[in-house]
Amino acid sequence: MSVPLFAIGPAPLALEPLVSAVASQSDGVDPSTGSGRCGAIATFLGLVRNHNQGHRVQYLEYEAYEPLALKAFARIDDEVRARWPGMRLALHHRTGRLEIGEASVVIVTASPHRGDAFAACRYVIERVKQIVPVWKHEHFDGGDVWIEGATADPDDQAAREQAERIACA
Amino acid sequence: MRVTVRLFARLRDIAGASEIGRDIPAGATIRTVWKQLAGEFPGLAAYEKSMSSALNADYARMDAEVHDGDEIAFLPPVSGG
Repeated sequence: MSVPLFAIGPAPLALEPLVSAVASQSDGVDPSTGSGRCGAIATFLGLVRNHNQGHRVQYLEYEAYEPLALKAFARIDDEVRARWPGMRLALHHRTGRLEIGEASVVIVTASPHRGDAFAACRYVIERVKQIVPVWKHEHFDGGDVWIEGATADPDDQAAREQAERIACA
Repeated sequence: MRVTVRLFARLRDIAGASEIGRDIPAGATIRTVWKQLAGEFPGLAAYEKSMSSALNADYARMDAEVHDGDEIAFLPPVSGG
């Protein structure tokens, strides 16, 4: 059984099945452009770090509004395809308790050339941090804190342009 | 009419519940619901500028009208990845 390209939930993340899923995916537009058209796959794994802002982190708990998170994933996929036509993307985010060193997010992009694959991969993680409804609850030596980053607004064009600038720097 | 409010992360901690049922007047907007909650849980008010809102699991503006049975969510700044 093949893995879904987009998912969020408590199951541990694995890179290899996602790479296979993206590599074998047809682009859905032209059946003649099958799996052989991609010359590059770029991957990103986000890991739970053992320190943050001077704290020694014990573990993280991730919470998500899952139905909206999946819609945000689909929106990011649409943005990627608009910016890089033909790009293929897979994106999984984990929820629940994660220990130090575990992967919280996996991103896989595939395209004919490496430059686009790297750029799209970077774009996706920046957009995840901007608009996907997921929250980190950090448990550290001596306390705990909810990490609060960006105000989520998918229609904020300035944020989207900023993500694109970072991706294409 | 009755709606369900979903709260996440720190907003849930402040209110002490992840899901709250609320009776609201016809013609109410998401903002109506927020004001009612912020009156009840004053700690929420600090998030008025930084939070996002959703209606039936889609991002929505505070002036969006709500209807009987809707699910409204209030989201503090996100920190995924």
